[in-house]
Amino acid sequence: MEDEVRVPITSDADLVPARAQGRALAQELGFSQTDATLIATAISEIARNIVVHAGRGEIVMTRMHEPHRYGLVIVASDAGPGILEVDWALERGHTSRGSLGLGLPGARRLMDEFQVETRAGSGTTVTMTKWRARDDLERLRERRRHRA
Amino acid sequence: MLVAILKQGDYLIASIQFDLTDAQVLALRDDLSDRIGRSRARGLIIDVAQLDVIDSFVARSLGSIAITARLRGAETVIVGIEPDVAIAMVQFDLDLEPLRTALDLDEALSLLDRLTDRDGEDGG
Repeated sequence: MEDEVRVPITSDADLVPARAQGRALAQELGFSQTDATLIATAISEIARNIVVHAGRGEIVMTRMHEPHRYGLVIVASDAGPGILEVDWALERGHTSRGSLGLGLPGARRLMDEFQVETRAGSGTTVTMTKWRARDDLERLRERRRHRA
Repeated sequence: MLVAILKQGDYLIASIQFDLTDAQVLALRDDLSDRIGRSRARGLIIDVAQLDVIDSFVARSLGSIAITARLRGAETVIVGIEPDVAIAMVQFDLDLEPLRTALDLDEALSLLDRLTDRDGEDGG
């Protein structure tokens, strides 16, 4: 567990900095350009979900450094009405706002891990993670850095 | 300027310069629809190369711009979708059918020439 970056989401204008922040962290962790784009796209979807359904919320991005992999954990939380039918929202991409709601299922496919916690009336938390395996060379370099 | 809109012959070329907010995407749709009518454009090219993310909202909006343009008498071609952006777009169960795409401006222009029933002899 390492340092985290918080991005408040209060309007659709906040999507742009949230995406940029996610991309910057992904690049810092050595994700490929393609993975960084997938992460930024997933952030865009869950951030929009906050704006459309809850009005305001927060996205917290945390860098994970594990012995054999790096990860970027993204948690989007709001205190909105909650999602009544999570399975339905994830399977069929249905939402009550008539916005076709492709966002959540799309974001899930873009990331490695994806979890939704919601209770009617008490908000929604989406936790999603993308992992990148570390190669031997990277581990070797790190050991050298620590010795130096 | 967030979107530069140029006119070339019967065609409008809209180059999106920065990541747009949702509201700006919708404003662009309305603006383009209006301009197509005013300038009697028969073709519309939207250059999205500067967008580093095309999420489901933007993809859907591009589709609705294309449909709106067609109802206003113009064909639409999207150019400049970056490879990683394309990979992300595939993950959404979007109907990308209304979106005609080309790799660059030259290709888009000749595609429009064909779509608007001109073989390029008069150069547009």
